[in-house]
Amino acid sequence: MSFDFAVIFAKGPQILAGLGVTILIWVVGTALAVVLGFLVATARRFGGRLVNTALMIPVEVLRGTPFLVQIFLLYFGGPYIGLRLDPITAGLLGLSIYGAAYYSEIFRAGYLSVPPGHVEAADCVGFSRVQTILYIQLPEMALLVLPPSLNMVVILLKDTALLSLITVPEMTMTVSAIGSQQYAFVESIVVLALVYWGLVELANALGRIAERKISKLRLT
Amino acid sequence: MTWYLFQLLLQASLMTIFVSAISILAGLVFAVFLSAMRMSGNGWLYNGAGLFISFFRGVPLLVQLLLIFNLLPIIGITLPSLATAIIGLSLCTAAYQAENLRGGFEGVPIGLIESAEMAGFSRVQTFIYIRTPIALRLTFPALVNEAILILKSSSLVSVVGLVELTKMAQNLSASTYQPLPIFASAGLIYLVINLTVAFAARRAEDALPGLPAK
Repeated sequence: MSFDFAVIFAKGPQILAGLGVTILIWVVGTALAVVLGFLVATARRFGGRLVNTALMIPVEVLRGTPFLVQIFLLYFGGPYIGLRLDPITAGLLGLSIYGAAYYSEIFRAGYLSVPPGHVEAADCVGFSRVQTILYIQLPEMALLVLPPSLNMVVILLKDTALLSLITVPEMTMTVSAIGSQQYAFVESIVVLALVYWGLVELANALGRIAERKISKLRLT
Repeated sequence: MTWYLFQLLLQASLMTIFVSAISILAGLVFAVFLSAMRMSGNGWLYNGAGLFISFFRGVPLLVQLLLIFNLLPIIGITLPSLATAIIGLSLCTAAYQAENLRGGFEGVPIGLIESAEMAGFSRVQTFIYIRTPIALRLTFPALVNEAILILKSSSLVSVVGLVELTKMAQNLSASTYQPLPIFASAGLIYLVINLTVAFAARRAEDALPGLPAK
């Protein structure tokens, strides 16, 4: 047994391109998931019982089924109902919808944590609903919502690896393809694991800094 | 989508349940060991456990499975795909469960540990008979969450060649050209399994002994 990492590193530019796709899908997908999740949670909070139940069902389905099955359904099943997406779009869409389900639950818990008296007080001094959300509810829930949100950011990064199975040219697909071509599969997977590990630890470190900064703001 | 295809999916879901259940239990045992390493007071053991947990929480499960699947044969260990799948899933869940247990161990009332010491328990006995059972009870809800996560993550073991629910759905979808109903059915089966686990866990939680007072 001998390991030859040189053949992997010789493909540096290709690996970086894969890393770029991973980061692009991760950042854009997470941003979309946060926004969509926030909208879902807000609709469930203010939309009445019917909207709440109607949105609860997809959220529970998305949280109760594997992400892999969801993207297979979207990518391989989509064309049968006229939804023909290229891999990157399908991956981005799948990741955003899946992440949105989890973010909606995080924000739902956030809304529940804001004391009703504060919302009523804002109402009394003439805040509109949007103002109440922006200036009262969002800042008050920030401390509670931040740790699970950051956790989800990391989970979504790791889940981008699954998109290689629907042929999205992200890092896992790129690097394992290099490994097969160069007969250095184990080496390629080792490199892959180390890059993901580094990215996750970096995201965790940034998250800890963000948490410390925000906890000093005394929003509540 | 015929009843016959659905039956094939149901049969494959038994493999999903089997692999997940074994991995959860093996991971739990391993997580208790990792916790023991962390609390041993030995720097090497502490850092070793920390590194293990950081790695398995920091690398996507898909990459872990590919690594184990390809690395083991090179160092001379050839295992059937079932064993590879169980090893991969249990190592990964052990790291997460150890992190959950950390909170549980911190929640063990100090008075109970002191009274065990007073009664002449050794440190190992205190760990086995006092700390671990209470930590497990405290983290039971987290264990259920982890079980549901692993049931869903087990869909990835298809990459090491094990035919479980997701792999069966892939195979059937490739041979029948009906990905839509087949993956939807697979999703439905996962959903029913997970809802059942969540429901059973709520019932079990009521039946378990209460939490120790602080």
